[in-house]
Amino acid sequence: MPHYMFMFVGSEDRRNTTQGPMPEVGKWWDANHDVIKGGARLDTSKNAMTVRRVNGQMKVSDGPFVEAKETVGGYCLVDVPDLDAAIKLAKSWPAGDVEVRPTVEH
Amino acid sequence: MAALVRSLGDFDLAEECVQDALIAALEHWPREGVPANPGAWLMTTARRKGIDRLRRAKRYEEKIAQLEETMPSPSSMPDERLELIFTCCHPALSREAQVALTLRSVAGLTTGEIARAFLTSEATIAQRLVRAKRKIVDAKIPFRVPERADLAERLEEVLAVLYLMFNEGYLATGRRGASDRDLASEAEWLATLVVQLLPEEPEALGLLALMRFHVARAAARFDRNGDIVLLKDQERWKWDQERIADATTVVGRFLALGRPGPYQLQALIALAHTSAASWEETRWTDIVRAYDSLLGFTDSPVVRLNRAIAVGHVAGPAQALTEVDALSLDLDGYHLFHATRAELLRQLGRPDEARSADRRALALTENPAERALLERRLA
Repeated sequence: MPHYMFMFVGSEDRRNTTQGPMPEVGKWWDANHDVIKGGARLDTSKNAMTVRRVNGQMKVSDGPFVEAKETVGGYCLVDVPDLDAAIKLAKSWPAGDVEVRPTVEH
Repeated sequence: MAALVRSLGDFDLAEECVQDALIAALEHWPREGVPANPGAWLMTTARRKGIDRLRRAKRYEEKIAQLEETMPSPSSMPDERLELIFTCCHPALSREAQVALTLRSVAGLTTGEIARAFLTSEATIAQRLVRAKRKIVDAKIPFRVPERADLAERLEEVLAVLYLMFNEGYLATGRRGASDRDLASEAEWLATLVVQLLPEEPEALGLLALMRFHVARAAARFDRNGDIVLLKDQERWKWDQERIADATTVVGRFLALGRPGPYQLQALIALAHTSAASWEETRWTDIVRAYDSLLGFTDSPVVRLNRAIAVGHVAGPAQALTEVDALSLDLDGYHLFHATRAELLRQLGRPDEARSADRRALALTENPAERALLERRLA
């Protein structure tokens, strides 16, 4: 079955001011555990650093890859029959926006 | 085509097979006569060509078995055009990709015809189609009619694609010859098809009626010099009464379903205009009421502007101008906002302000027919 990556996008401010995830998020995760093939909630992007290729050398810089108000706060990989099934699942996500991306199969 | 996409699971392959079958038909039919059921003949031939092509490409071996299994008898050929339409208009595709795919795969236009209709190069359209088909395959956009729960939302997407196609063709009639396959009639044909396949969907009927009302008035929209003639000044005897009757029948069908929506309301507004014997006899109160309901579905400044024009005919230009001026923040960059203000200012006997509003409108439009109209006013 095809796999899709869900990237959960939301306001970084909200993430910095609240303690844990919304209880609905845990429920969503439990309800869909048979199609979820791994994933995680990410720490705030304040704690991110980026290893960038500068003139062929890998250099560490502070901060996320892209600075934005909205950031990826978590991700999961799902295994569902087709894009419509993936969209249906993404629509049931209780917390914010979801970018849905097919993975490349070999 | 739709049935082939389903059984081969491959857009490009299905398209090539259809072309192969058409070529075969050109060779066989003149010699052997047209078969009793040409559609079924083409389908069977296309499937056979598909099998040939797959045989040639060894990596599709397992698909051959699958295809032979799904070979239906020609008489039980299912109509899968609806699946095709929903796939082409899937919300995961960009609007321009949806439009190009629908014209190519459902209406059967060539890449060249689509390119000419959008005044762009064939290479651009070809690339757009390739990318869209790749996305359908890679993202696994399913080939099926959406579930009941999603149907309304997905149909809205289909209708938006057809309406855009229609407007593109309808607004362009002034600047192009009639030689190209005309987008407006393709869009009308597609809307007719959707209505045939989904006869109980009132918004699809609404869009079809709206298109037919517009097309019915087409002959009166431009004068001999290709200049725009405003609705107020159109020679109503030039309107196509047969088409108006058709459109009115469609209105009857959606009214009977009793589930109003924005396309149906726009069709009712068009009906009010086309059923008036003259501009003076237009039932403006009906039109204002239809706009009020429309605002309940889509509250946009452009709808409010059109409502204000209708209000002008009921409550006078002063009232209309107050309502139009309230939209200045949202519509300052929209040429028809300034053109409407100009018209109202003229009616109120304020010609200097009217002229400066017309000048603002002129600076904001590039459409040659609209420019000509504004220049005539300013002359």
